[in-house]
Amino acid sequence: MDIGEAIEATSGQDVAVGTEQYLTFIMADEEYGVDILRVQEIKGWDTATPLPNTPTYVKGVINLRGTIVPIIDLRQRFGLDTVPYGPTTVVIVLKVLGEIGQRIVGIVVDAVSEVYNVSTDDLKTAPDFGSSVTTDVVKGLATVEEKMIIVLDVDQLLKDSELVIDTEPHSDAL
Amino acid sequence: MAKILTADDSASMRQMVTFTLKGAGHEVVEALDGKDALQKAQKAQADLVITDVNMPNLDGISLVKALRSLESYKFTPILLLTTESALEKKQEGKNAGATGWLVKPFNPDQLLATVKKVLG
Amino acid sequence: MSFDLTQFLQTFYEESFEGLDAMESALLNLDVGDTDSETINTIFRAAHSIKGGSATFGLGQVGEFTHGLETLLDQMRDGRRSVDQQAVDLLLRSVDCLREILTALKDSKDFDAERVAEVGKKIEAALGVEDTATPVPPNDVAATEGAASIIAAKGWEISFRPHVHLFRTGNDPVRMFRELESMGALSVVVDTAALPPFANLDPEESYLAWGLTLEGDITKTQVEEVFEWVEGDCDLTIEPMAVDETVELEAAPGVETQAVQEKASTPTAEAENGGLPGSAETVSEQTVVETKHSSPALTSVAHPVDERQEQRRGDDDRRQSTKSADSGSIRVGITKVDALINMVGELVITQSMLNQLGEDFDMSRLAKLQEGLTQLERNTRELQESVMQIRMLPISFAFNRFPRMVHDLSQKFGKKVELRLSGEQTELDKTVMEKIGDPLVHLVRNSLDHGLETPEARRELGKPETGLLHLNAYHQGGNIVIEISDDGAGLNKERILAKAIERGLVSEDENLSDERIYELIFQAGFSTAEAVSDISGRGVGMDVVRRNIKDLGGTIDVTSLDGRGTTFTIRLPLTLAILDGQLVRIGEETYIIPLVSIVESLQIRSENVNIITGKSEVYQLRDNYLPIVRLYALFDQVPDNTVLENGLLVVVEGEGQRVGLFVDDLLGQQQVVIKSLETNYQRVEGVSGATILGDGTVALILDIGGLITCSRRHYGNLENTKWASAKRTAAA
Repeated sequence: MDIGEAIEATSGQDVAVGTEQYLTFIMADEEYGVDILRVQEIKGWDTATPLPNTPTYVKGVINLRGTIVPIIDLRQRFGLDTVPYGPTTVVIVLKVLGEIGQRIVGIVVDAVSEVYNVSTDDLKTAPDFGSSVTTDVVKGLATVEEKMIIVLDVDQLLKDSELVIDTEPHSDAL
Repeated sequence: MAKILTADDSASMRQMVTFTLKGAGHEVVEALDGKDALQKAQKAQADLVITDVNMPNLDGISLVKALRSLESYKFTPILLLTTESALEKKQEGKNAGATGWLVKPFNPDQLLATVKKVLG
Repeated sequence: MSFDLTQFLQTFYEESFEGLDAMESALLNLDVGDTDSETINTIFRAAHSIKGGSATFGLGQVGEFTHGLETLLDQMRDGRRSVDQQAVDLLLRSVDCLREILTALKDSKDFDAERVAEVGKKIEAALGVEDTATPVPPNDVAATEGAASIIAAKGWEISFRPHVHLFRTGNDPVRMFRELESMGALSVVVDTAALPPFANLDPEESYLAWGLTLEGDITKTQVEEVFEWVEGDCDLTIEPMAVDETVELEAAPGVETQAVQEKASTPTAEAENGGLPGSAETVSEQTVVETKHSSPALTSVAHPVDERQEQRRGDDDRRQSTKSADSGSIRVGITKVDALINMVGELVITQSMLNQLGEDFDMSRLAKLQEGLTQLERNTRELQESVMQIRMLPISFAFNRFPRMVHDLSQKFGKKVELRLSGEQTELDKTVMEKIGDPLVHLVRNSLDHGLETPEARRELGKPETGLLHLNAYHQGGNIVIEISDDGAGLNKERILAKAIERGLVSEDENLSDERIYELIFQAGFSTAEAVSDISGRGVGMDVVRRNIKDLGGTIDVTSLDGRGTTFTIRLPLTLAILDGQLVRIGEETYIIPLVSIVESLQIRSENVNIITGKSEVYQLRDNYLPIVRLYALFDQVPDNTVLENGLLVVVEGEGQRVGLFVDDLLGQQQVVIKSLETNYQRVEGVSGATILGDGTVALILDIGGLITCSRRHYGNLENTKWASAKRTAAA
């Protein structure tokens, strides 16, 4: 399915009040959703220029029509097992609001799935996962077509503090 | 519509005058000071000259004198933009050959009214 | 028609700040007793423009404040007032006040009204002392109004006899008649008595006279206004038309109107209301017209008030909008814009040439294609250079504040200082200029506070009492060099060293060169000022100065001669947008090293490599030992090889230190456009930014200073331990 078309098609249609649209993607057999208004574009995975002194989940930066955009591996960010990037691997380019305003960030996910309308009432608060670092990035859980979708808060997902440089010396140096 | 040459060393005043006159459909040539105005006046014949009085290089009064000495500007209307505190400049300007004046501060409507008065 | 004047405010603020700077520097150039009229004229013009603009754009407070200032300057200009130190100081303080008011208005903030009022009073006082013919405010409008508001019951009889030169004023009787016609029923009788015989007729002169009758409810003022511009250029009489009794406006509504007029004409009323663009005259004019139609005076009063409220609301809107619109603009000389337009023209020509070539291309036209591409390249380069030129401003913008600062500070410190500025026309990027201001201020303050001695001390030393502070700027390669030098005491080596030892920055037994000792003043937390003065002791040290300069991709060095003076030399890139880079390769990645940081590149000879304490590698280059930084290790990359002899060493300098960067290969040199990583990410240590290469991939630009800091952490502190001892061992 062409996601670009899907976005085009759905963003044009009238959405009922109290309903939000989410783009969903698959990672480790789970379906995650992000607010479609925050999705700038979806592109295939291509190599990124690695950045030194950054956390491993920062894959590097790419050239997005003249702008330097950082790319984050969401599996690594969530501490999931890494898998080799394949033909379905895509980069979802998101508009993220942080303390210094809007930034553009790409996230690498296994594959994109669908665009769903989710009524705000159907969005349930996620249970407390305890010490899991990912709790704060989960905005809630929604059930659509009998599937559970983990709705992410993209602003939390890529919060400034999450991008902090790893200033510890690399142990493997020399 | 008329071709109007406007001289003022203040960019904001120039902007306002130009914006107003262009809005009324006139063609506007801007000059940064008296000297610039004199050069531009000779390059292209203006139907009306609107000039500030206090300007570097060549002040407004001298500009009027200089323009009146040119064959092509003998009868061209020239308006001085003057301030209340410089009312004596009106007379000085008249003696130099200015057609009339507009007292600062003025608003765009007043400017248009005055221009209309001259250009008919 | 309604106009939004707020759109011009941004320009007004810009030119006003420029005007204030010009005033300030002119005031500082104005020697006491001097009446160099052109200098005073410059100051007057600036004040005059600010006043005019502020009145036009509805900034009452500014206009009010500037009025007295302008009067003062006008008196000086006419020689009615002497130019003494007191006056200059007052004018300088006024400049400060205006700057404060304008900044506050621009940012929608409050200003120190008390201080402004105080300075305002001082100006008034100064004006009061002289008490010469202060220009009469247009209060007399109300006074004359009594007579002028006479209306003739039926109309007016006008006799208009222009003088022969009337046409030379650009005035045209026909135009005036048309205006009269718009007021009422006009009949015109021409008098050709003065017309000479045709042979003697000069078409440029005016011989005709007219008798006019104008019927309608029209005031004399209205009629007079039509002829206002030709007063003195004609014989004019305006008489009531009929013998009918004339009515003077002494009726009750009229009196009320009169009061309103007076109120509107007082400058304070205008100022209180944030300045009304329509002048006092307009208001009274309107009032009279309204009254004439015998409508209740109240309506005519209400009208201007509404307008003012409107205006005030407009003020608020404007504040909001200026705030958001203040994204920083740049004023560009027309010549620069013209140059750009020319180049775009050339580019278009090249493009159409290539287009034509491409339409039916065959290999026989290859030479032509190559030629076209070369031309395209040249056009692009020229265009790029010209666009960069737009951002370039002369450094005088940064230097301009110093005459005032030195003037004030030298008085404060009781020192005599001559400030010499040179190379003010040297251009640099606007962004660099904005960021270099504070470091320069700090260095100048420093020189005044610690560098230059008091007149007494200088006399004792056999130096001239007046110390010299010299700011110089020039271009060198792709850099701008700024020197701040004084002929003061020079840096005190002993004191710096003692302090550094006390602070634990160096150990007591270390043997440091003079250069290294001077370098210590840039270390964090270092300050040798014995008494913390309120000028230099601001908690901002030389370390901050150096960091700011480093952030701009520049360097700062200091040289000093005991008793002879100190020179700080700042080197900055001309622009932050473009960089001359050396492309190097490590494995599959390309990195860019700024050419300015590169000392040399060399093939590694194994006999020159030493390993210290079994870990840190140093390279012997002539008399120096350079730490070798294996970039791949630092950046966690997979290189082609890890054997030193098979790679290259790029010797770079930063942080006052040289190191050798071990890379796989040198690619080419090229100009790269700098893209910030911080736009969408954040600062990355050892990297100053990124660029996009010809193939569309991203390459990182190395930050040499950061890289050295980073490598120090990797390899342990080479500077003070192994590296330093290696140098000593080698020297021994």
